[in-house]
Amino acid sequence: MKKIPDADIAIIGAGVMGLALAHNLAEAGGKRIVVVDGHYLAWGASGRNGGGVRQQWSTEMNVRLMQESMEICAHFAKRMRINVWMRRGGYLFLAGTQAAARRLERNVAVQARCGLGTQMIAPEEARALVPELASDRFVAACYNPTDGIVFPWPFLWGYAHAAAKRGVAIHTSTPVTAIERRGGGFRITTPGGTFKAARIVCAAGAWSPEVARLVGASLPNRPQRHEILSTEPLKPFLKPMVTVSETGLYVSQSLRGELVGGVSMPDDDDGGQVRLGSRLAFTTTMARALVELMPILGHVKVVRQWAGPYDISPDGDPIVGELADVPGFHVVCGFRGHGFMMAPVVARHLAAFLRGGPRHEFLNAWSPARFATGAPPRRGGEDMFIG
Amino acid sequence: MARKVILCRCEDVTLADVQHAVTLGYADVEEVKRYTGFGTGPCQGKECLRGVVAAIAEAAKRAPDTLAPFTSRPPLVPTELAILAGKRTK
Repeated sequence: MKKIPDADIAIIGAGVMGLALAHNLAEAGGKRIVVVDGHYLAWGASGRNGGGVRQQWSTEMNVRLMQESMEICAHFAKRMRINVWMRRGGYLFLAGTQAAARRLERNVAVQARCGLGTQMIAPEEARALVPELASDRFVAACYNPTDGIVFPWPFLWGYAHAAAKRGVAIHTSTPVTAIERRGGGFRITTPGGTFKAARIVCAAGAWSPEVARLVGASLPNRPQRHEILSTEPLKPFLKPMVTVSETGLYVSQSLRGELVGGVSMPDDDDGGQVRLGSRLAFTTTMARALVELMPILGHVKVVRQWAGPYDISPDGDPIVGELADVPGFHVVCGFRGHGFMMAPVVARHLAAFLRGGPRHEFLNAWSPARFATGAPPRRGGEDMFIG
Repeated sequence: MARKVILCRCEDVTLADVQHAVTLGYADVEEVKRYTGFGTGPCQGKECLRGVVAAIAEAAKRAPDTLAPFTSRPPLVPTELAILAGKRTK
């Protein structure tokens, strides 16, 4: 096992957030960056998500962030020299009730202010886009043609290879077992040896509370198991990612031809632990929702299913910033199932800030300080979640 | 030659693909599965797992019995959505 070098910034978690951050930090040069992870690349939520990348959100900040992230994704393959199987077929949101339709309308107005071309469309227009849709399942829809999907895994390799080329030391299968605060910095223990870091960024997603506990900090986010399945490959027929507000169903067709999707399930109490087991109840719920939405899919075969954790904060917004009680210890977590698509842009601005650059507004909105004892609870601004 | 030996027929993964993954440092069955896509097609690795493990063992100079198989995923065999949904279809 290679010795882990001392670092100016140690990143715990080699998911898309940690690797994108390492890449952005290393691109500017001059800092010693180390990334450690207890498992292999793509083991966690970054390797288990549906690969959706959308700009349709309900707050201006999130719309604008995702417009910038989409721009990074669109150039990722060429810049990083890796095929990420990106396909921009748009995102079609279906509303099953008038209340859901009104919410979509409000969000489309927010998106229009950001220059995004989302349109409210009538059910017939949605069926023109996806003729397989059952006509009795929705009353309104909105569609933005420039949203899309990617295959998540190559994003990790792309960021990892680029970061490693610029001198970032990436140590997988290297779980952090202890962190001591030493002087102004940290001494980090792993089975592969100990190393020192002036600062730490915890990018461990749903596992972040476990990492934070090693420095005596408690984070308020909790894991929620989400399951997903994929079918046998089919000839390309489904252009957009389709989502349904009432059931939390989402389904898209990858460039490999498989349908990939999930659905909301009752929130089982996994006792604050990350659980990754597959359940038949998910498969049957998903199958029913999908066949009701697109009856022609009845004979399509499910090939595999798996699970991954959403990482959810009390108000639904991410948690990004330095912990007041542990100077030098930063977190970037709580992305509630959309951390993958947000990582390219969040990592870019977080890296700039950590290097002494400008403070993006998300660092105020998503500060961990909002959960400090005595702070009044707030409602997160975002309501356009899926699953 | 290695370029013409197909180990995973569902996903067209060759011996050369597996060897390449190992030279990049992906020397674990789960890592090679992700990097090459082997075992993710209709047979879900039932036909190819042994062959790929042997190829990884040889390329990584590891004993085959030190390589654990990847997590197998339900369903056991590809199953129609209509059956899972408990519905009759046209």
